[in-house]
Amino acid sequence: MTAIATDTQMRLLIIEDDRESADYLVKAFREVGYVADLAGDGEEGLALAEGGDYDVLVVDRMLPKRDGLSLIGALREKGNRTPVLILSALGQVDDRIKGLRAGGDDYLPKPYSFAELLARIEVLSRRRGGPAEDTTYRVGDLELDRLSHRVMRGKEELTLQPREFRLLEYLMKHAGQVVTRTMLLENVWDYHFDPQTNVIDVHISRLRSKIDKGFERPLLHTIRGAGYMIRDGLR
Amino acid sequence: MTAFGKLVRTTAFRLTLVYLFLFALFAASLLAFFAWNTRHLITEQITATVNAETGEVSSIFGRRGLRGLVLTIENRALRPGANLYLVTTPAGQAIAGNVGSLAPGVMATTGWSETAYRRLDDQDSTDHFALVRVTELSGGFRLLIGRDLEERRRLFGIVAKAAQWSLLIVVVLGLGGGIFVARRVLHRIDAMTGTTQRIMAGDLSGRLPVGRSGDELDRLALNLNAMLERIEALMTGLKEVSDNIAHDLKTPLTRLRNRAEEALAKARTETEYRSALERTIEESDGLIRTFNALLMIARAESGQARGNMDDFDAADVARGIHELYEPLAEDDGMMLRVKVEPAPLHGNRELIGQALANLVENAIKYGKPDLAVQPLTAGASSDADQKTILIEAKRAGDRILISVTDRGPGIPVGDRKHAIERFVRLEASRTQPGSGLGLSLASAVATLHGGDLRLDDAHPGLIATLAIPALSSDRLAAQTQDVSQKAA
Repeated sequence: MTAIATDTQMRLLIIEDDRESADYLVKAFREVGYVADLAGDGEEGLALAEGGDYDVLVVDRMLPKRDGLSLIGALREKGNRTPVLILSALGQVDDRIKGLRAGGDDYLPKPYSFAELLARIEVLSRRRGGPAEDTTYRVGDLELDRLSHRVMRGKEELTLQPREFRLLEYLMKHAGQVVTRTMLLENVWDYHFDPQTNVIDVHISRLRSKIDKGFERPLLHTIRGAGYMIRDGLR
Repeated sequence: MTAFGKLVRTTAFRLTLVYLFLFALFAASLLAFFAWNTRHLITEQITATVNAETGEVSSIFGRRGLRGLVLTIENRALRPGANLYLVTTPAGQAIAGNVGSLAPGVMATTGWSETAYRRLDDQDSTDHFALVRVTELSGGFRLLIGRDLEERRRLFGIVAKAAQWSLLIVVVLGLGGGIFVARRVLHRIDAMTGTTQRIMAGDLSGRLPVGRSGDELDRLALNLNAMLERIEALMTGLKEVSDNIAHDLKTPLTRLRNRAEEALAKARTETEYRSALERTIEESDGLIRTFNALLMIARAESGQARGNMDDFDAADVARGIHELYEPLAEDDGMMLRVKVEPAPLHGNRELIGQALANLVENAIKYGKPDLAVQPLTAGASSDADQKTILIEAKRAGDRILISVTDRGPGIPVGDRKHAIERFVRLEASRTQPGSGLGLSLASAVATLHGGDLRLDDAHPGLIATLAIPALSSDRLAAQTQDVSQKAA
């Protein structure tokens, strides 16, 4: 595979027919150091996706020539497992389920924030490099054992509620990556609605008080305008 | 179409025709049966009389010879309303009786026959008919005894006339009745058609006329009126929504635009630009949320979300939402508690969850104990109770009740219905952030599941309840069986 040589650079294919938003995405992704190719319709997108070696495909649902879901179906039928993020103006629960059933890996309703899209793409691309199914996650001196459900910070054992444990587990699984509030609500609570209140922030602050309070180096960081990240020493 | 053509085409009239035909057929067959039976009876009577007389006369001939026979015959033939008698010689010559002429060949064969005849004393020259029996006596003499069939014929005539009249009456009454019924129906249908045309032309307030008889047309009219009521409500709702959208979306949009303009005109430093842009993003996020909520409500109300329904336990949803909001409530100085029993239902878990989340968010936002009221209730409830918000899920009869109870100021009875409407934010809540769609969404979700959202007084406080039809017990049994099979 050619991609191995440029291992550090993420390669994306954006399949979107609206020129302006496509150009905006390409530019924004280049600014964060990604390589982003662009396809303007479903057929071109399918050809490029089959030929190129991409880390993640960003597919609009409604495309000329071949719609997004059928494109994903065709790719999966040919055994192509590249992670796909579906972008759609149809943001309702049943549309999302339809998109995921068609073979998409994640679904983001329009309009979206770029931070949210970026965070989700990072998480998707990580999946490709082999699922992080280790039994123990480690970030700095924080250690989470997925089998015994024990959490240690240094030599001190922390007592977490079951949901706090799952929250931390998800954050640590994606250590070093930004995790947005909606991602947390979807993956930890299995809800896909948009809470009108800062309900996730409160959970995070509780978790933070348990894992960071009284320790010199904070591990759980708030990324302004995007979400949260667990990481050892954010510069 | 002519008025008569319209009349004839009505279902009522056509049905009348069918019934008319059936009744005529019935009357005709009844009469035919009657006629045939009577004829049979008369014939039988004649046969019996003739047989008896033949026997009598034969025995007189045997005892008293030809002379006795002739005397008897002559005697009997003279009685008024007498039967027919004829005695002939072996040569065929008539020697006694009251028969003048007979159809040829009648005397030649013995036994029963029907024949035309004339009496000796007949003035007119018309033929009569009779049923006769010819017997051969000893010595070659022949005896004919018979009875006139005039009676039978007259009876037949009566029956035929009765048939004619009854048919005529059936037809006249039937047609008349048919026309009457058809006209009555047609009149009312025309009235309905007129109203519907007016409604189609745009007058949604029009209603179909309803009679007092409660017949099928009245019931139809009542149902159609109910439908029109619903359509009118929907149309009014639509109008209200578009007005509200205009207000509630345009206001933040205007704010958005003003800020951008202001920043463009006044901002000097990068920090100023940055903060203006950040506020712009915040504002548009709020807009998107409002928009999403509106779409969600529209979806739920139109029943489109029905595709994604499963069987699940509302108790799990209640626990999940409690778990999600418990820290938020605590940060706000409230206490969120949950009390659940198994509450199986068929529905969209996600939507029920969101509806419940909206109720809980409302309770946290508006359910704080009212300090002005507190002294009145302070004796009855402890401080902890005052700050408690309770999530409950339970089964009550055929309904699943998912409720959120707070101890806040509640909603006055008169405002409750109003509170559920879109974009309505009661006076007390204007200062709080929110889109004013939370209760409408919860209500739309309840409606989608065939239930409703109830707002009640918790003395003090508010109980908001999603009442949704429970999973029927046989479905539940099937489900548990399914689970136990999987377990096995």
